[in-house]
This record gives sequence, C-alpha cells and structure tokens, in this order.
Amino acid sequence: MVAAAPSIDQLKERANAIRKLIVRITTEAGSGHPSSSLSATEVVTALYFGGFMNYDPNQPKDPKRDRFILSKGHACPVLYSAMAEAGYFPTEEIMTLRKLGSPYEGHPNMKRLKGIEASTGSLGQGLSIGIGHALASQMDNLGFNVFVMLGDGEMGEGQVWEAISCAAKYKLGNLTAIIDQNGYQQTGATSEVLDLTEFQPKIEAFGWHVQTIEGNDMESVVAALTAAAEVKDRPKAIVSKTRKGYGILEVLEKEGDLNFHGKPLPPDLAEKALALLDS
Amino acid sequence: MYAGKLSGLELGKATRDAFGEALRDLGSEISELVTVDGDVGNSTRTEYFAKAYPERAFNVGIAESNMVGVAGGLAGSGKIPVVASFACFLLDNAFDQIRMAVAFPEMNVKLVGSHAGISIGEDGPSQMGIEDVGLACSLPGLTVVVPSDAACTRAATEAIIRNEGPAYLRVGRGKVAEVYPDGCNFELGKAIQLRDGADATIIANGLMVPAALDAATALKEQGVNVRVLDMHTIKPLDRDAIQKAAEETGAIVVAEEHLHHGGLGSVVCQAVCEMKPVPVESVDVGDVYAESGDPDGLLQKYGLTPDAVADAVKRAIARK
Repeated sequence: MVAAAPSIDQLKERANAIRKLIVRITTEAGSGHPSSSLSATEVVTALYFGGFMNYDPNQPKDPKRDRFILSKGHACPVLYSAMAEAGYFPTEEIMTLRKLGSPYEGHPNMKRLKGIEASTGSLGQGLSIGIGHALASQMDNLGFNVFVMLGDGEMGEGQVWEAISCAAKYKLGNLTAIIDQNGYQQTGATSEVLDLTEFQPKIEAFGWHVQTIEGNDMESVVAALTAAAEVKDRPKAIVSKTRKGYGILEVLEKEGDLNFHGKPLPPDLAEKALALLDS
Repeated sequence: MYAGKLSGLELGKATRDAFGEALRDLGSEISELVTVDGDVGNSTRTEYFAKAYPERAFNVGIAESNMVGVAGGLAGSGKIPVVASFACFLLDNAFDQIRMAVAFPEMNVKLVGSHAGISIGEDGPSQMGIEDVGLACSLPGLTVVVPSDAACTRAATEAIIRNEGPAYLRVGRGKVAEVYPDGCNFELGKAIQLRDGADATIIANGLMVPAALDAATALKEQGVNVRVLDMHTIKPLDRDAIQKAAEETGAIVVAEEHLHHGGLGSVVCQAVCEMKPVPVESVDVGDVYAESGDPDGLLQKYGLTPDAVADAVKRAIARK
C-alpha cells in the first residue's frame, strides 16, 4: 500500500497524531523511551505515510514488501504508533505497551508482532540484518527497498562500521540507513560520551551517498528520502539531526532535563504534553 | 596411531571436508541455500560451495558480528544461510549477534563452527573452539550437533539444512577415523548405539567416538563390556537413551573435546541426575586453555585418548 503522495501538512498532522500516541502509551506503561521516539517521528512518519515504503498491513509477509528495521529498538513506541496508524493493528491495542502478555514489548520482537522485520534491542545490529534483506532482494530481483534507522549513540558499536563497509562492497542501492542524531545517549550528550558527530564525511569515505538534514523538519525529511530514492548504485545514508523529545520540548525543558532518556512522562506532564501537541 | 585403529576403523576425511562437500552437493537441489563467510571459507570448506555457486556466496570480511547479522537478514527474506567460521570466532565473538539475529527470532540460519577442539594443534589456544558447545547449548531453540566422522557429518549437514530452524554444527580440522564406513543412519536428536554392553556406557561425540570404541575394544579383552553411544546431537538431547544407559548399565562416562563445563558432560550429568542418578566420569579438556603443539601430542597431554576413556570407565564402575 503506497499512500498517494500526501502534502507536507498532512504528514505533519500524521506525525502529530503519532506523537500523541507515543506520549500516551509510554505514560500508560509507566516506562519506555518517549524522547528517543519523538526525535525520530518525522522520519518514521514520512517512511510509512509519505509514499516511500511499499507495504500492506494485511500481507505483512509479502516477499516484495519494503522493510523497515528499527535498529534503535528502544524507540519502538514510534514504530508501534506509526504501524497502528497504518492499520497493522488497532490503536487501542498498543496501550498495552510493555505489559505482561502484550506483543508490544519494550523492544521490538518479530516473533510476537506482525510487520516487525527484526528483533532489536541490543544496539548496533540492525544495519547488518538490513544488508541481509537487501542482498536477498537483489538476488531474487524482488526490487524491494530496505530502510534501517539507527541512533547516534548506537554508532559507537563497531558492528555498525562493519556493516557500512559491507554494504558498500555489495553496492546496495536498495539500502537506506537513517541516523537519528538526537545528540543524547543514556548517560549524557553523545558528543561527550563518544564523539562521532561528523557522520557525513566518515560514511561518505566508505563510498555511500550521504545527506545531512534537519530531521524534525518534515519538508527536509521528504526531500532527503526523495533524493535518496533516486540513487540506485550505492547505499544511502541520511544523517537526521533531531532533538530528543521534539514536539514537547517546552514541557521537558521545564523539567530541566533535556536528555530525559528512557523516562516516561508522569501523568501530569503527559497531560501538558498532549495539550501542547493539540494546540 | 589414530583413535579407532584398534577397533579396525580406517582413517577417513576431516569432518570439515565432509561438511564442505555436503554443502556443495545440496546447493544444486536447494536454491535458497547461501553462505556467509568471514574470510575463512578456504579453512571451513564453504569455498567448495562458493566455487560452485559464486552468486550465492558472500564473503563479508573479517567481521563476524556483521556476518551473523547479515545471515539473520537473509533468513528473514527466505534464504537458508550457512554461516561458517572457526568455532571460537563464530560462537565466542558473535554470541550476541547469534542471540539477537538467529536464536531469539528463530531464524533459519545454520551456524557451522570449524577448527573445534584442541586437535587443531599448532595454531594454539586462541584458535581452539572449546567453549562453543556450552555457548550454543545455552541458547533456547538452537539445535546443536557434533558429528563424529565424515559420513555422520554429511548426514548431519543435510539434516540441519532440511530441518527448519536455527542450528549449530561443529566440525574439526584434522582427519578422523571412519566410524560409519557404510554410511550413517542419522536422525537429529537420536543417539546411535555403536556397541552394547552391560557394565557401563560411554557417551561420546566428535573425535572422541573412535576413542570410545577403542576403549570399549580394549576393555572387552579385560572382560568389561561397555555400551558406546554416539551422542551427535546435544540439543535436543536423547534423554531416553541416557536414561536407558543409566538404568541398564549403571555407570556412565562422557567423552568430548570440549571444556569440562557447558558441553556434553554437563548436559548428560543434568539428565542423569534428573532421571536416574548413577556415577558419571568425564573425559574432556578440563577447565584450562591448552597450548600449541602437534594434535596427537595435545590429545595425549590433555587426556583425550582411548586409554583415558578406559580408565574413566573403570573409575565409574568402581563407584557403582
């Protein structure tokens, strides 16, 4: 199901709906990673609703479907919310996020939830899995594309760089990696924990096509995904500069904790965040 | 003298060679079969397949973590990836990748660890896979197979590839005796009884199977009758055969080319304790890293010989 080219405003509206779900389900769960999900919302929204991915929620195993792999698995609230909006499952179901018996686990589990392409949650591994899918697509001339979203903190894992060189070797023009560079990881600013911030020249040096964009600006995201789709002879990366918790920063800033990693909003702040998103 | 000679067995191929040939032969029939290699295909023998089917063979370089992840992705899109490397680099280096990309999502990936055990010899302990079985057995849902000879390896290779689900196959570097010169009637999860006897049972796998047969041959001359089981599949374990051995022979010796902890000995002891406690003696590498040296010398020094197995049988019987 490829959505018929929606307008930027329509995508922004969709992103806003997804943001509200992220806040609601993580607050209801009392745990989870809303801020890491909110930074990635424009990209995930554009992928699922901007006509960049071919998928059918009723045929999640269609061999020709495009694949989206959330390597930064802790941000699964954005994935579950986008997939609910796309019709993979009823929206009310994802309110069971992280609860015993729920398939909406704290990190994506492909054995329990249709439409999840990789079980993730140990960082640094999603791009390698994406390469496997991309190779299979090329071998069988299935023509599907693979999108992998990574976090900037996750780029500290050596396996990511193994995968970057591997994808270049096989000239995987059907593979797009999006690095959600929100600037923070578990214990602080990514620039302070392990400074890998200049991703574009590093990844370009491996032979990839790389763009750096403002990742919370829907127009930039759509333009970058459009440009990446035109490149067919090598793997593509989009360094997506974002803000952790984007969309509810005013609420988070009041708390004086811009990192807010792995913390759900308490109910009173969630109300304020939802009001802000409604305004 | 190689283990197995005393029992009249001929020296045959290395199990890695049998694996490579079986894989190449299966390639013509199973079009989904692909290999993912970490630049040791000429050692693991996946190069036999790669030469026959270059378009289905991926050498991702010296990057085991990525190698296993790529295999997980290939399986996610319907391929049957065979990932081979030295047992230590595959299991020990890429353990989390095996957990996340293969075992946890139950991907149809076949992991093959070559150069297992101390019998690789001169290259030394950094290259010896001796924790691999313990690591593999700890992962839920992973089938774990340690074949004893070329025929058994050939059959095991076909069995794990035709059986849907993640699996680990362990093969060795050097030539081993032909335990099954007329072919191996192999069934996953089903031990093969090679000798019967009422005094004790030797449960062995890998290159310790011919050693167990020699031990049984020598003991028979001394009036001790020993049952010998080839426990080629460690997971799922043939608990029935173990229970029967415990009940009918009352003493068990486990023989394997693995560290004392985590391998066949550990799983057999657990099964015996749960079902029918009887004395168990172990013949294994111990709780140490070995050293460089010629393979026969190493097997002697670290006690992986027919004599060591026979001594263990006597100790087990004495404890009855």
